[in-house]
Amino acid sequence: MSTPTPPTLDTHQAKLAAIRKLIASAKRWDLVFAGAGLLALSFGLLVLVALFADMLISGWMRINLDFFVSFPSRRAENAGILSAWVGSLMVMFVTALSAIPVGVAAGVYLEEYAAKNWITDIIEINITNLAGVPSIVYGLLALGLFVYQFGFGQSVLSAGLTLGLLILPIVIVATREAIRSIPQVIREGSYALGATKWQTTADHIVPYSMPGILTGCIIGLSRAIGETAPIITIGALTFIAFLPASPVSASAPFINFDWLMSGFTVMPIQMFNWTSRPEEAFQQNAAAAGVVLVVMTLSLNAIAIYIRYRLRKNIKW
Amino acid sequence: MAAVLQENAVPASAVPAPAAPLAPKAEAKAFNFYYGAFHALKNINLPVYEKKVTAMIGPSGCGKSTFLRSFNRMHDLYPGNRYEGEIRMYPDNVNILAPDVDPIEVRMRVSMVFQKPNPFPKSIYENVAYGLRVRGVKDRQSLDEKVEAALRGAALWNEVKDRLNDLAFNLSGGQQQRMCIARALATDPEILLFDEPTSALDPIATGSIEELVHELKKQVTILIVTHNMQQAARVSDYTAYMYLGELIEFDVTNNIFLKPANKQTEDYITGRFG
Repeated sequence: MSTPTPPTLDTHQAKLAAIRKLIASAKRWDLVFAGAGLLALSFGLLVLVALFADMLISGWMRINLDFFVSFPSRRAENAGILSAWVGSLMVMFVTALSAIPVGVAAGVYLEEYAAKNWITDIIEINITNLAGVPSIVYGLLALGLFVYQFGFGQSVLSAGLTLGLLILPIVIVATREAIRSIPQVIREGSYALGATKWQTTADHIVPYSMPGILTGCIIGLSRAIGETAPIITIGALTFIAFLPASPVSASAPFINFDWLMSGFTVMPIQMFNWTSRPEEAFQQNAAAAGVVLVVMTLSLNAIAIYIRYRLRKNIKW
Repeated sequence: MAAVLQENAVPASAVPAPAAPLAPKAEAKAFNFYYGAFHALKNINLPVYEKKVTAMIGPSGCGKSTFLRSFNRMHDLYPGNRYEGEIRMYPDNVNILAPDVDPIEVRMRVSMVFQKPNPFPKSIYENVAYGLRVRGVKDRQSLDEKVEAALRGAALWNEVKDRLNDLAFNLSGGQQQRMCIARALATDPEILLFDEPTSALDPIATGSIEELVHELKKQVTILIVTHNMQQAARVSDYTAYMYLGELIEFDVTNNIFLKPANKQTEDYITGRFG
């Protein structure tokens, strides 16, 4: 029979020391992972920053007002991106006008109206897959459908619709995600007051998912603005020294749609054209156009973030 | 002296005898409910008396909320649910579960207040006015009047009259729930359903909601689900005890709590199980 000896201060200290050692060795892995993660992150960031800085340095000299208001030219120092940015703007307009209403309507229908069964499941999987289809495939489809079948030719309309198709899955997925984040009790609250499906959709579902929908649309547009492959496939011209007819005019009928059928070029194509020239001066033009394109994309993303921030302030679940 | 004694000796069950005969506002008859293959409610027969508060109590999963949500056809929103039997509404004696009765029409007659306050991310005014807007009320003056009346009815008017255009989220939890009651009242419903309306609220807010329920029964028939037996005892005139999808006992609240006829009810009331 031995009575348990009360722990002395010494054994107590030894126990604590062992625990501290254990914690210290376990914490070493925190350090290891934090270091590895930081390295991976800075590698990714550094490459991006280096690329942009390189472009900025070689193109900086060319970025001035003349560059924005001049047509492309055989002489590099006179060349500008007027037709390219106007073309990009017009194509984006058509893209937004075609993809956003269709995409939002499809997303709302799938979430709020469609019966939940295996058919909707298949459609859902396919839409997600569509977002991953290489863009050149869309270009090929558009060449056959819009350019030849519908006879739109190598026009702003063809390009806008092509890019619209390309970002349609992005808009649909963003709409569905935004709608899904609305709590079910909000829907039930509306239905309990006697609202119909359409009243619930129009008064609650769409307004409350607006921040997410708009963000998705802008992210889609910022992807579309930099797309090159499908635009080349449908045959955008690389040298355009004129602007499409103005959509608005001072005399009747004030608005015309000739610009839709006009030949065009866009920013990435103009850039592509210049990079394929051997002269150093054209490389500078390409770099400058690249800077402008990156800034356009980043601005679109910034707008998306701002809109999300502003609209979400009023919505708390 | 003798007369007073005699009066005191009247059995409790005879006390709540109403002046006018009780008229049911609605009545479940041989009502069954299925979630897919799951038989959630079994052969329920229950009258809901006009301008009285009927409470439904029972342990979690007993089907009390499922039953409540049948009164405004909430289950129609989800696929795979099936009603059987009838819930009749009076005076028009219509079976509100009948397939040819539009659930939207039922919801226009029967309002609901949910477990957690569910304000729309809109202004207080627009929240309360929404039911009216759904009914096509456009005239600003009549909207104003009805919104004010509903907020007064929900004992919230004095607290919000100067901030009607504020977002409803800025109200406290208890105020939000009273706003949801105002929203349900604004359309002048025949029955008001409460689905555990105080389970997300603190005791003070709970007290004000209970007081409100007591006031509201003067103008509307109330059906309330609660997991809180004291609440049922405090606010209701009639109580139904449910267990595993069956209605075990239904009676005047006093009888349920003081001398339940059924052993199961007694065990639940006295806290021996549940």
